[in-house]
Amino acid sequence: MKHIDAAGHTRGESQYVDDMPQPVGMLHAAVFTSPVAHGRIISLNLEEAVRCDGVITVLSAKDIPGENQIGALIPDELLLAEHEVHFVGEPVALVLAKSYEQAHRAVAKIQVEIDELPVVTDPRQAFESGAIIGPARTFALGDVDTAWQECAVVVDGQCEIGGQEHLYLETQRCRAIPLEDGVLRLYSSTQSPYAVQKAAARVLGVAHHKIEVDVKRLGGGFGGKEDQATAWSCLTALAAHCTGKAVELVLPRHQDMICTGKRHPYSADFRIGLNQAGKILAYDVKHYQNAGAAADLSPAVLERTLFHSTNAYFIPNVRIFGASCRTNLPPNTAFRGFGGPQGMFVIESAIAKAAEKMNKPREQIQRLNLLRDGDTFPYGQHLDDVRAERTWDEAAQSFDLNKIKQATKTYNDDHFESKKGYAVMPICFGISFTATFLNQAGALVHVYTDGSVSVSTGGIEMGQGLVTNIARIAARAFGISEKRIKVESTNTTRVANMSPSAASATTDLNGHATILAAGQITDRLKSFAANELGLTDKSRLTIVHEKLLDGNRETGWDWQKLVQTAYLNRIDLSAHGFYATPGVWFDKQKEKGNPFAYHVYGAAVFEVTLDCLRGTYEIDSAKIVHDLGRPINKLVDIGQVEGGLAQGLGWMTLEELSFDEQGRFLSNSLASYKVPDAYFMPDDLQVKFLQNVDNPAGPYGAKAVGEPPLMYGIGVFFAIRAAMRAFRPDSDLTFDAPMTPERVLLGLHEQEREVLVTKI
Amino acid sequence: MPAETTFILNHDTISTTESPGTLVLDYLRRKQKLVGTKEGCKEGDCGACVVLVGELTGASVSYKPVTSCLMPLGELHGKHLVTIEALRLDQLTPVQQAIVDEGGSQCGFCTPGIVMSLTGYLLQPAGGLDDAGIKYALGGNLCRCTGYGSLKRAGGQILQEVDAGSAGSGQDRVSNLIAQQVVPDYFSQIPARLRSIPPIQRGNGAAQSAYIIAGGTDLYVQRGGEIPYTEVEILNRRQELRGISVEGEHVRVGALTTFEEFAQNTDIQKIIPRIGEYMMRNASWQIRNRATLGGNIVNASPIGDMTALLLALDTTLTLEDGLKKRNVALRSFFKGYKQLDKTPAEVLTEIMFSVPDSGTRVHFEKVSKRKTLDIASVNSAIRIKTASGKIVRADLSFGGVAPIPLFMQNTCDFLAGKQIEMKTVLAAIDVAHSESAPISDIRGSADYKRLLVRQLLIAHFTTLFPDQLTVKDFYETH
Ligand SMILES: Cc1cc2nc3c(=O)[nH]c(=O)nc-3n(C[C@H](O)[C@H](O)[C@H](O)COP(=O)(O)OP(=O)(O)OC[C@H]3O[C@@H](n4cnc5c(N)ncnc54)[C@H](O)[C@@H]3O)c2cc1C
Ligand code: FES
Ligand code: FES
Repeated sequence: MKHIDAAGHTRGESQYVDDMPQPVGMLHAAVFTSPVAHGRIISLNLEEAVRCDGVITVLSAKDIPGENQIGALIPDELLLAEHEVHFVGEPVALVLAKSYEQAHRAVAKIQVEIDELPVVTDPRQAFESGAIIGPARTFALGDVDTAWQECAVVVDGQCEIGGQEHLYLETQRCRAIPLEDGVLRLYSSTQSPYAVQKAAARVLGVAHHKIEVDVKRLGGGFGGKEDQATAWSCLTALAAHCTGKAVELVLPRHQDMICTGKRHPYSADFRIGLNQAGKILAYDVKHYQNAGAAADLSPAVLERTLFHSTNAYFIPNVRIFGASCRTNLPPNTAFRGFGGPQGMFVIESAIAKAAEKMNKPREQIQRLNLLRDGDTFPYGQHLDDVRAERTWDEAAQSFDLNKIKQATKTYNDDHFESKKGYAVMPICFGISFTATFLNQAGALVHVYTDGSVSVSTGGIEMGQGLVTNIARIAARAFGISEKRIKVESTNTTRVANMSPSAASATTDLNGHATILAAGQITDRLKSFAANELGLTDKSRLTIVHEKLLDGNRETGWDWQKLVQTAYLNRIDLSAHGFYATPGVWFDKQKEKGNPFAYHVYGAAVFEVTLDCLRGTYEIDSAKIVHDLGRPINKLVDIGQVEGGLAQGLGWMTLEELSFDEQGRFLSNSLASYKVPDAYFMPDDLQVKFLQNVDNPAGPYGAKAVGEPPLMYGIGVFFAIRAAMRAFRPDSDLTFDAPMTPERVLLGLHEQEREVLVTKI
Repeated sequence: MPAETTFILNHDTISTTESPGTLVLDYLRRKQKLVGTKEGCKEGDCGACVVLVGELTGASVSYKPVTSCLMPLGELHGKHLVTIEALRLDQLTPVQQAIVDEGGSQCGFCTPGIVMSLTGYLLQPAGGLDDAGIKYALGGNLCRCTGYGSLKRAGGQILQEVDAGSAGSGQDRVSNLIAQQVVPDYFSQIPARLRSIPPIQRGNGAAQSAYIIAGGTDLYVQRGGEIPYTEVEILNRRQELRGISVEGEHVRVGALTTFEEFAQNTDIQKIIPRIGEYMMRNASWQIRNRATLGGNIVNASPIGDMTALLLALDTTLTLEDGLKKRNVALRSFFKGYKQLDKTPAEVLTEIMFSVPDSGTRVHFEKVSKRKTLDIASVNSAIRIKTASGKIVRADLSFGGVAPIPLFMQNTCDFLAGKQIEMKTVLAAIDVAHSESAPISDIRGSADYKRLLVRQLLIAHFTTLFPDQLTVKDFYETH
């Protein structure tokens, strides 16, 4: 099944927030933000801005009628700065004007005087001074401290892992429309309508039901609109509340890049111990997360780092420590993978370092330590139906890993300045929100008398294909054609208290809720039909291809007749379904539990070619075997795998966040922050799905697919590193990501660089 | 009251007195309420805003995809502007259908721009279609959702379903695409309709204008907020500033010649055989359709790619201010960071260099973070004449190592008369280091750039003289 919205997308008919016809008299908002990363506000002068052409008013913290607070997990984030600022790009004031240009011109006239305070951008420095957010956490299994003695090899190391800008193509935006009776409708580009509703109500000092949030679709989210959409929506709501007018706020790209949080940079220390055969006996890791200036979702992201610190490997003795460190960067946030990728990068680095020390191929150690049925994770969850070895072996076999190895060696023997490298990357990613209470979802389903169906869920369509999946699931649940299904916008008045669309769980949770709602309606329809047809056993009735069957026998009723007659007989054709994932729990005191409904497995093989003279590289191929369970929609799922992979590859190679010591973001435009383009991605991109596998915990046996593929991208770092080592086997390479051409060239030419430096 | 700009927007003829410096993208979304065209960056880097601009060339109209976020409205006079709204035919066009079939659209925000780029590719005036061309067309479009796999497969489907190659060139080709419902029927009347639009008078002249706009690809990125409110001189209304001619020893290039026109010119391809390859490293097709050689020079970015190349070609510039005309050597044109030997009223009209003789080789190197559509960390060009193993004359430029695009005079002086051998190159590296002073910035650390000076010098010599020097030689000394 094709993506339901795709035809409209290709014709430019699909509407995003600022594509909707504008209400007459709608105002445009522009945000003034802090130019410094830390300081005390001495004065804020709005007068000149107020006098600018077209300006209606300029709002600041004192105009907030309710509470000036938008922190979701921890109340530590103001909507508009009051006395202090904590990062460059922190909102300070909001200009409202008749046009977008007028609003932005006036912003340039705002003056703020700030007494600067010391700026911290390094998480370790923050940690040392005790500036952490939430408690530091430790997961443990076995006894690491004594295990070192049994190890034949122990290596230590350090990783510096860069963050990542989401670069959703549609920047943050919201339109607020005042309705009657103090109600505001917010058309927000958010992954979390309920978070927006709660925060806006708090800021305005009104009840939740006074705020209606409606979301048709996002032009990309990737986690960047899970919590980070809230501030912009609240500002828009505040503006509409204060002026009584419709207001729209659209962030220009630069401002979006400067003001919004990103994937967290991490700094980590590791120690790994193995026996002679390469079995990992002990692993000790410390993660220092660069959380930025406010909590945002950082503690939850950190938690997932801890969950995924051993990736797809079983290690009997483990200690995983992590702390969210408060710095003067914009509050870092959710990004596809949600802390998992950083955890996995460190264990992969540790294995690489051990393999180099032991002179063994890296993939030999990886394969030897893969998870198996009966293993236990450091967080206590026991494993069954593990597919780590199976996906690895299928990848090794179908992509002929041995041949790749041989070809790489031959190539490298034959070439001097050009070297090839390969790497395998296994993944194991847990599905569920790790905050157990979020694993709930609602769906509201209406059947109309013509047999058409309307489905509302709490899930957000952001390109991942949710609407397409829900339509398919609903059609299947009813036994009718997908053409009859319409999936509505996501609206807080139709589905309440929804969890964010995140954690790869959106189709799982909302799909289940849809099945349950549809089930109630079909149940009523069947009872009714059984009665009408004089059948005693309604459970024999099924709807297949829009026909009502009694066992295998046709009843002569089709969907249309069933619905129409039921309506005339006053049968309720609407239902609300509610789903709560069974069996998931986690005890934060003990740091043990069963947090995930299931895990997703897969393995990827990468080949790269390095130009050792220039330090540049090409990704020759990326080949993946991925575990989807029983796919709901292969076209959508392949798109998720390839798109996630591209982001993972970008994160590991090109995408470099550059901040100066004053906390100013330097790579703040698309001209300086580079993401994969059509040339960067390998043409040889193969995705295979594991065949004949089920997943009892997923809707119709499917597994979630949104986040896991991103982590395949980690493999390319090690493929490039392997090629570098082919050129300079003796070099002491760091585990710092991303592996930019600059890092490559400097890594390859340590000696030459020293010569050059001493000559100056 | 500014002069009216008259053009065809999709099907309709429009006359507007909007400020000529207004961005086409803003005009479409805000004034015309044609919101199918998206804004993703307003810097030419994402392609969400791509539209097609058709221009009369002889009897037919040639269409090019460009980024509407960097194009002045005033330049549309007498042209056909095609937006995604024009492609709402009864059925999906083959381009749209292929994207739908292959799952090439997820969030959809990039999709209108991608449809326009691929449609623009099919509308190319001549030549066949292939996978490489599809990638070329996608080069200026970022998609954060798909990872491009599905888009490349959609490209494959388009190649199978659309027959553009066999149907000749020019308007025949357009008719053929109309028949296949790639573009709407009314495209057949566009040439005649454009011919009936009277030409516009020239602008106020450079002296009376706050801004001189060529392609706008630098200017709008730097000053996009102000330009719509000022008087502008739109150079592209001056046809005489375009075009390339070879007269004897001399190549004359109109300052308004675009990167793409330069690279596609058969004379240039003879003179600089690898120009196509070099140009691939330069911006994107959508930007190269706009970016001019003159703009690259006058913008005076220390890492302008064409400027680096032209420096090594020993280029002479012609400047005119309406009253007088003078020539200046490109090498002495840059006085300091963004300081030029040019008055505000002067327009760069012509770029001239001599045809290299048979003993002369030319090469260009560029290293950037992303190989395509990225600004250089360091770039360099060399023109080198040799005779019997000796360097007769070398002209070498480096970008990204000084506040200006740098002609490496001392290194050139040093190289003259030397043998092509490793010793020469190693010594030249020292000279080059002594006359350059890179700084750390967003494009790389000073250390990195210094190392690149070494690497790119080695790259020049090992590429141009593979029989005398190999990369390996330079590593075995250590
Ligand atoms: C996405 C993107 C990618 C890019 N990639 C590259 C790249 O890879 N390599 C590279 O070198 N550049 C790149 N550029 C920069 C830019 O495209 C080039 O520098 C281009 O040559 C500028 O030409 P233009 O005609 O657009 O200049 P404009 O922006 O119109 O003008 C630039 C400046 O020159 C002045 N000017 C222009 N022409 C004349 C003239 N004839 N006489 C007097 N003054 C004049 C203008 O007043 C202005 O000050 C890129 C730009 C973008 C937006
Ligand atoms: S808006 Fe991004 S290229 Fe024009
Ligand atoms: S489909 Fe979302 S950016 Fe391309």
